[in-house]
Amino acid sequence: MTAISEGAKSISIALQRCAKTFKDGTRALEPLDLAIDAGETVVFLGPSGCGKTTTLRIIAGLEAPDTGGKVLFDGADVTSLSIEKRNVGMVFQSYALFPNMGVTGNIGYGLKVRRRPRAEIAARVSEMLAMMRIEPLADRSIDQLSGGQRQRVALARALAVQPSALLMDEPLTALDAKLRDSLRLEIDQLLRRLGITTIYVTHDQAEAMALGDRIVVMEHGRVAQVGRPREIYQRPATRFVAEFIGNMNRLNGSVREGAFLTGAGCIPWPDAPADATEVFFRPEDVTLAETASHINGSIVGAFFLGDRTRLFVHVGEARPLVMETSTRRNFQRGEAVSLNIDPRGLMAL
Amino acid sequence: MRRRGPIFLAQLVFTLFVCAFLVVPVILSMLAGLTVNYFVGIQSGLTLRWVGEVWSGYRDTIFLSIGIALACLACTLVLGVPTAYVLARRQNALARALEELLVMPVAVPGLATALALIVTYGAVGGFRTSWVFILVGHVLFTLPFMVRSVLAVLMAIDLKSLEEGAASLGASFRQRFFHIVLPNCRSGILAGALMVVTLSMGEFNMTWLLHTPFNKTLPVGLADAYASLRLEIASAYTLVFFLVIIPLLVALQVLSQPPRTKSRAKQE
Repeated sequence: MTAISEGAKSISIALQRCAKTFKDGTRALEPLDLAIDAGETVVFLGPSGCGKTTTLRIIAGLEAPDTGGKVLFDGADVTSLSIEKRNVGMVFQSYALFPNMGVTGNIGYGLKVRRRPRAEIAARVSEMLAMMRIEPLADRSIDQLSGGQRQRVALARALAVQPSALLMDEPLTALDAKLRDSLRLEIDQLLRRLGITTIYVTHDQAEAMALGDRIVVMEHGRVAQVGRPREIYQRPATRFVAEFIGNMNRLNGSVREGAFLTGAGCIPWPDAPADATEVFFRPEDVTLAETASHINGSIVGAFFLGDRTRLFVHVGEARPLVMETSTRRNFQRGEAVSLNIDPRGLMAL
Repeated sequence: MRRRGPIFLAQLVFTLFVCAFLVVPVILSMLAGLTVNYFVGIQSGLTLRWVGEVWSGYRDTIFLSIGIALACLACTLVLGVPTAYVLARRQNALARALEELLVMPVAVPGLATALALIVTYGAVGGFRTSWVFILVGHVLFTLPFMVRSVLAVLMAIDLKSLEEGAASLGASFRQRFFHIVLPNCRSGILAGALMVVTLSMGEFNMTWLLHTPFNKTLPVGLADAYASLRLEIASAYTLVFFLVIIPLLVALQVLSQPPRTKSRAKQE
């Protein structure tokens, strides 16, 4: 089992002025600069068409950046190197397992191409099977596998060649929610253990928050924000980031004497910028108040989620305010509620 | 099981009728090749004399046809599979236009294609009189069947991802083509091969113009026999044709069964 931890040396990856314009003239990616440390897990997050997959493909060598863009692996320029010479492991959303080979054949393929001795390939394959806990599947053909099993085989195949970086393109998107959760945890543990530089592309913010050392939020081919999950969630740089990651409430109003005045009440806000006309805050910063409260509203919807209840509160604006509470109370539509908002969670964007 | 109604019976009768309509002439024709005297009828007795005469007189046409069919298969494999691959990888208007253009020799009457070949290359003596001249016509005619059937399979699998997956594992273009592309379009290649061999064996239209007295293919010989010899010999010739083509078709059909179904059947 030592070979796994030894692995190949993890590399740092840098993108310098990498842009991508497709043949039909559409700009998929605006010039992008990014440095990824060796052993780091970076998640590209954004809605479809934001350029996250294009960026991954540029790093992989499946797309070339526009002239002037550079991809550096450990400081060495690999821009002109094709994917087969970059020694990167790739995991695809569609798994891309070879149907003409079985599980063993797939996992051993990269080593076979590298002309390693047969005994070494067999040893490495069984090592990978053990690591992904899929030994019983060794003799199966690909069409006898479930989605989760396929993704495990795909991961084993990518890691078998000891790549210097692991690139994953929406690897869990095709799986159902429960399986996604358990595989996410497993991938997380695996990446920490291997210490391999990983780029992970997803549109699922929960996945990004769970796996990423850093998250790169992208929008329309541009980087909206780069940061650790906590930073991105608590201090979003733009309105887009704020609303794409988690739920975000927004109220209109104006600032007066250290408070934000809205139609539904007055929220204390010591460090408010004087010209703010909108305030943003997360659902978890809203609490139900018994007596003196910041704002008042009426319930327009209550979803009982088991461990908590999600409330939608009308506070005189088009979009109801979202909050969650774990009280055992039963809520009725139209019921009047009083709310407090933690001033530490208030943001102007 | 559900009780079968009168509609089922009607359908069964109709199906059997259609089958008989198609099969009876075949049987009669084959029988004619085995009867001593067709005009007297089956009571004149059965004989292999006519088959023997066909064998001694037209043996060469059988071998030539098989030879051309196999050469044609080789050509369409070498030309058609890479063509299909390129068409599958390039999804642009040019590729679509090329795909349509490839089908032209099927749409244009064989006689017209043959005439064009003769007009263009007829003066090239050695070429005009060799069997390769016929082969060229057959390749033109059968190539689209190979391309189409391989292309259909390639379009059904996620070829791009498979190739990218292989490339990420370090496989060169050559390795990707032989390890991934070819094995995964095996069923298309075999189906195409089946079409190509059958079409080449049976091709008459074009071959009738392209052949010379010294290289007749089986169908041309058949026409010859129908036109100039006893009906019994012509029918025996048909019989021989069946004897050649049916084992060939069965063999190809067996080959084209995906091996996976066999292994799965074993497990269950």
